[in-house]
Amino acid sequence: MNTETTPDSVPAGDAEAEAYSLHGWLPRGNAALMYRLGVASRALAAIVGGYVLSALVATVSAIYFPGTRGEAAIFGMLVSFVIYTMAVMWVFAVRSAWRAWLGLLLPSLPLALAVLVHLYVRSAP
Amino acid sequence: MKEGFRQSMNWVHTYSGLLVGWVLFMVFAAGTACYYRDEITLWMKPELHQAGLSLPPEVEVVSNTVAALQQRAPTAQRWFITLPTEREPGVRASWSAPPLAKGAAEPALEPGVTRRGRLYSAMLDPATGQPMAATRETRGGEFFYRLHFDLHYMPAIWARWIIGFCAMFMLVAIITGIVTHRRIFADFFTFRPKKGQRSWLDAHNATAVLALPYHLMITYTGLVTLMLMYMPFGPQVTYKGDQQAFTAEVFPATGPRDPKPSGIATPLTPMAPLIAQAQQRWGEDSIARINVHNPGDAVATITLSRKAQDMSSAQPALMFNGTTGKLLNEVGEDRGAVITTRSVLYGLHLGRFADPLLRLLFFVSGLAGCVMVATGLLLWAVKERNKYAKVVANGGRVGWASRLVDGLNVGAIAGLMIALPAFFWANRLLPVGMAGRGQAEIDLFFGVWALAAIAGLAWPTRRMWIIQLGVAAFMFGAIPLLNAATTATHLGVSIPAGLWAVAGFDLTCLALGAALLLCAGWLGRRKPSAKAVRAAPASLNREPAL
Repeated sequence: MNTETTPDSVPAGDAEAEAYSLHGWLPRGNAALMYRLGVASRALAAIVGGYVLSALVATVSAIYFPGTRGEAAIFGMLVSFVIYTMAVMWVFAVRSAWRAWLGLLLPSLPLALAVLVHLYVRSAP
Repeated sequence: MKEGFRQSMNWVHTYSGLLVGWVLFMVFAAGTACYYRDEITLWMKPELHQAGLSLPPEVEVVSNTVAALQQRAPTAQRWFITLPTEREPGVRASWSAPPLAKGAAEPALEPGVTRRGRLYSAMLDPATGQPMAATRETRGGEFFYRLHFDLHYMPAIWARWIIGFCAMFMLVAIITGIVTHRRIFADFFTFRPKKGQRSWLDAHNATAVLALPYHLMITYTGLVTLMLMYMPFGPQVTYKGDQQAFTAEVFPATGPRDPKPSGIATPLTPMAPLIAQAQQRWGEDSIARINVHNPGDAVATITLSRKAQDMSSAQPALMFNGTTGKLLNEVGEDRGAVITTRSVLYGLHLGRFADPLLRLLFFVSGLAGCVMVATGLLLWAVKERNKYAKVVANGGRVGWASRLVDGLNVGAIAGLMIALPAFFWANRLLPVGMAGRGQAEIDLFFGVWALAAIAGLAWPTRRMWIIQLGVAAFMFGAIPLLNAATTATHLGVSIPAGLWAVAGFDLTCLALGAALLLCAGWLGRRKPSAKAVRAAPASLNREPAL
């Protein structure tokens, strides 16, 4: 074993432990589990939550955007992919997974309300 | 996530790119090939290489085609006629036959006619209206077009959701890639060769930044082409589910979607006066497509659409009554900013408007996209392995993720580079008259790819990269020889005769072969660093892949 290139070499056989310590930023034990759950939660928020939010934006645009309803619908769709991208970035940029969900939920609520108003109040017979 | 905005975005960039990178590489490669879809199809039908079609005036082409359709498909629900262009000198005619009566057998196909479901298609000689010289059965460039969003061996609808999912990851990867880069402009001018991980990073940055507007455009517009499927909720609410009303308002040029025939037979109006009206508005040779609904019925309609004169995919159209020839509807160019935006985005993705130089630029940008995705995948693998350098030095093994990514990289990147030329080799080596030949070419494409992928996953080593890239280089590079051996239009003939579509295909394959050979040679020459050689225990017998 060449000790020059690996000055702080660990005994052979401890490779597993070595491998683990390579990911220095990965906390261990319970914290590691929490970290993984956090990533999973964010991935879910980004993929599903982001889609719901962008679909709501597309729908609200289709209902309320000025112009013909064809234009409004197309506008909503074109914008939705931009919103989706921004939502994903938000989810992974904020400090905690809770905050990520909250950041998606807060704009989604009034948007969902706007869709419900259209469905049950504005277009009621 | 990790500390700081840039670091978080870097993490998102890494994993959004890595997780779907293998699919994206195929989509980029097949999509890039589509810029030369017609040329690929022509090369794969050598019977037509020297057809030298003469192009009669537009009116004559149309009447020849209509006569041919009236003879072959008088009771079709729809006829679709695509008029010849410089890149596609034949008339593409399709017709949808009424559903077969229960228990009735499918009638035998006339030579030169193909069938997909109830839709029949044929390439007609514009001068005679007859199907062109019987060609071997092949999907040609159409295969790559379908592959890049419909995949294969699965329902198209699933494939489109998978591709949309991956495209969304790509969009996120591109945007986060941009915000991660502090020195995006300087990075473009930075290349540090033979520096391992840093060289991969520089190659990734250079190809990404070089064609950045293209990557962003092609990914976003790709989502736009299928957005009615991905984001259908707006029109579902505002049109209360009335798809027909939505289509009629937003895409009026397509005409009625499912017009019901009246059952009263009435002869079709002559085409010449309709063509004259179109020429008066748009000029000579300006009609791209003619759609006839319910030909021979009292409620027939005929729609003429103009050839693209700008980037937009939505071009003006004229709709006529099919029995009286009266102009029913004229769809102009001005449809409001939003709809035009969508049409231009759609048109940009297809790139049909591109003249030869711009088309070449798109093609090169697409290749840069392939290199960007490939180097991104390799970068992850190289970084991950560097983490394990010490572990390996101490007799340990690299992690399962590292091994899996190495294997998938070989299979998806080098494997596809073998499968692509294998498709072309199959086109020339399978018996010409064989039944189900078109599908056999495709099965060989996937079969060869699967073999390469299995080998890559089993032995994800540097040696495997060299072998597979070497095989790919040979198979691409030898395509001009293959063409010379199987046709009379080798480069010595096609270049002097000005058959640029055929010659261009041969030369492009030769160039791709040379590039792949360079990659293989570079990998073979570059010795693994002295450290790695000394450190690798003989029992492991596995040097780093790159």
